[in-house]
Amino acid sequence: MTRYKISTHQLLYKMKKYIFIPAIVLVATLLTFGFTQISNFTISSNSLPKADADNAGLTLPSGFSALKVAETNGHARHIAVTKEGDIYVKMADAKGGKGILFLQDDTKSGKFEKQTGFGNFGGTGLFVRNGYLYASSDEEVFRYKLDDKDQVVNQSEPEKIVTGLLSRGEHEAKAITLDNDNNIYVNIGAYSNSCQEKDRQPGSMGIKGCPILDSAAGIWQFKANKANQTYGDGDRYATGLRNVVGLDWNQKDNALFVMQHGRDQLHDLFPKYYDAKASAILPAECFYEIHKGDNAGWPYIYYDQIQKKQILMPEYGGDGKKTADKKYLDPIVGFPGHLAPNGLLFYTGTQFPEKYRNGAFIAFHGSWNRSPEKQAGYFVAFVPFKDGKPSGQWEIFADGFAGKKDIASPRDAEHRPCGLAQGPDGSLYVTDDVKGTIYRIMYAAK
Amino acid sequence: MSLSAMRAGRLTETKQPDFWLQKKTISPGEKVFKKYCLTCHQADGGGVPNLNPPLIKTEYVLGDKERLINIVLKGFNEKIEIEGEHFSNAMPPLNILKDQQIADVLTYVRSNFGNKAPAVTVAEVKAARSKLK
Repeated sequence: MTRYKISTHQLLYKMKKYIFIPAIVLVATLLTFGFTQISNFTISSNSLPKADADNAGLTLPSGFSALKVAETNGHARHIAVTKEGDIYVKMADAKGGKGILFLQDDTKSGKFEKQTGFGNFGGTGLFVRNGYLYASSDEEVFRYKLDDKDQVVNQSEPEKIVTGLLSRGEHEAKAITLDNDNNIYVNIGAYSNSCQEKDRQPGSMGIKGCPILDSAAGIWQFKANKANQTYGDGDRYATGLRNVVGLDWNQKDNALFVMQHGRDQLHDLFPKYYDAKASAILPAECFYEIHKGDNAGWPYIYYDQIQKKQILMPEYGGDGKKTADKKYLDPIVGFPGHLAPNGLLFYTGTQFPEKYRNGAFIAFHGSWNRSPEKQAGYFVAFVPFKDGKPSGQWEIFADGFAGKKDIASPRDAEHRPCGLAQGPDGSLYVTDDVKGTIYRIMYAAK
Repeated sequence: MSLSAMRAGRLTETKQPDFWLQKKTISPGEKVFKKYCLTCHQADGGGVPNLNPPLIKTEYVLGDKERLINIVLKGFNEKIEIEGEHFSNAMPPLNILKDQQIADVLTYVRSNFGNKAPAVTVAEVKAARSKLK
């Protein structure tokens, strides 16, 4: 077979119409659209909005800045940010039929002034995944189909995917998250502080066998794409969790992580074993890695972060020192008591420095029951992670939400952090459920 | 004390200003409030948003005494609306307190935190409690 011998130069000359014109088109395309596309991924302060002069009143680590992107004037709970950079916020009340707000920065000013709302149910849970917006009331979970711009196709007809969940006052918020296998995880909080016979009555002992655990005080797993599921269709994925408002699926480790709200009032209810100071810091607010079948031990034990042990609850015969016969799940981090973790987010962006990659941000809503000590919390904390485990001490990442240093009562706090979300460019969004302020925290290398 | 009073053998004046004689004491009602009510209803009586109702000039505090006494005796776990808000936490039955303690603390609450309402008497608490039996 004869072979043509041809130089590269001759080849290019011959192919020119196949190379030259497409090349021009390509360059033209890049010039027209490339800059806007590229700016979404460039970590330069030019592509981020201008921060507020006072960083939205927040104290942040060096290199970080913040702005208030929206005021929703309601109790803003959990939040999701789409790949287009639009924001969904779940409101605690459906004032004016707007239980879910949709915020857009249509003028590209950095402020999300375009606000619309839908959804006739209040609640806390909100999550965007696989072309759907998931949202929960205190009894049910719904989903709304999204179009290719991540906007809700039909605002007035959500699909009900879970119904009939218990809501008996306390710990009623049904926070949600989804995994990568079309499962949805729903918190069903205990309708009790410590499973006493008489909830919160001094000295009342715990109910034997705590029947609350049958249908609450745990995380339930349902299918994310099946309509009208009830308890019978789901699985009690984890138990012994008093109330979880902050939870997230860790993409790197493919596991569920949760933050538990620990029990209250050790001193008020059992002053014989706990003074006011001990009661203000115990028990730990626990950060757990959860696998199917795990039992975190409520109401039988609490985690004492000082003794670094699971301690038997006084309701079940404890005295502050006794441990239980059975060993329950240990937390991966034990935070000081009563800080009220309402948001958990594993950071998967690249905007923030290396140290923050795959680490966990936690929104601490702030305590209410540390009196006579001052209240505590009201900040966003950070836990660094390496190989799926905390790799260092936790630290306060964003402080100052409360607006003043000494908080005697939660009503003194101007803002209380609640929900967390990551933007497509790696900015961190935080909601406040006092006034409904939405914050955006950004990093720009100097 | 005047010289003439001393010569007349009187050892005390009929009137002595309180602040000279008395150490600052906490009223019995305030004592009960601090021990049993403050954690939830807060030192300023303002409660906790979404969890524990305020005690500041609300209908429940200023209104019907028997209803108020029963809240203390039986506890309270209904999802009611007070000034546009709902409150999730359960209030425990505090029937473990004595009639005198309940009268004292309710009188204290009804005359503090901006409230001005008549005192609650021991007899009223006793009557309410006997109805529950």
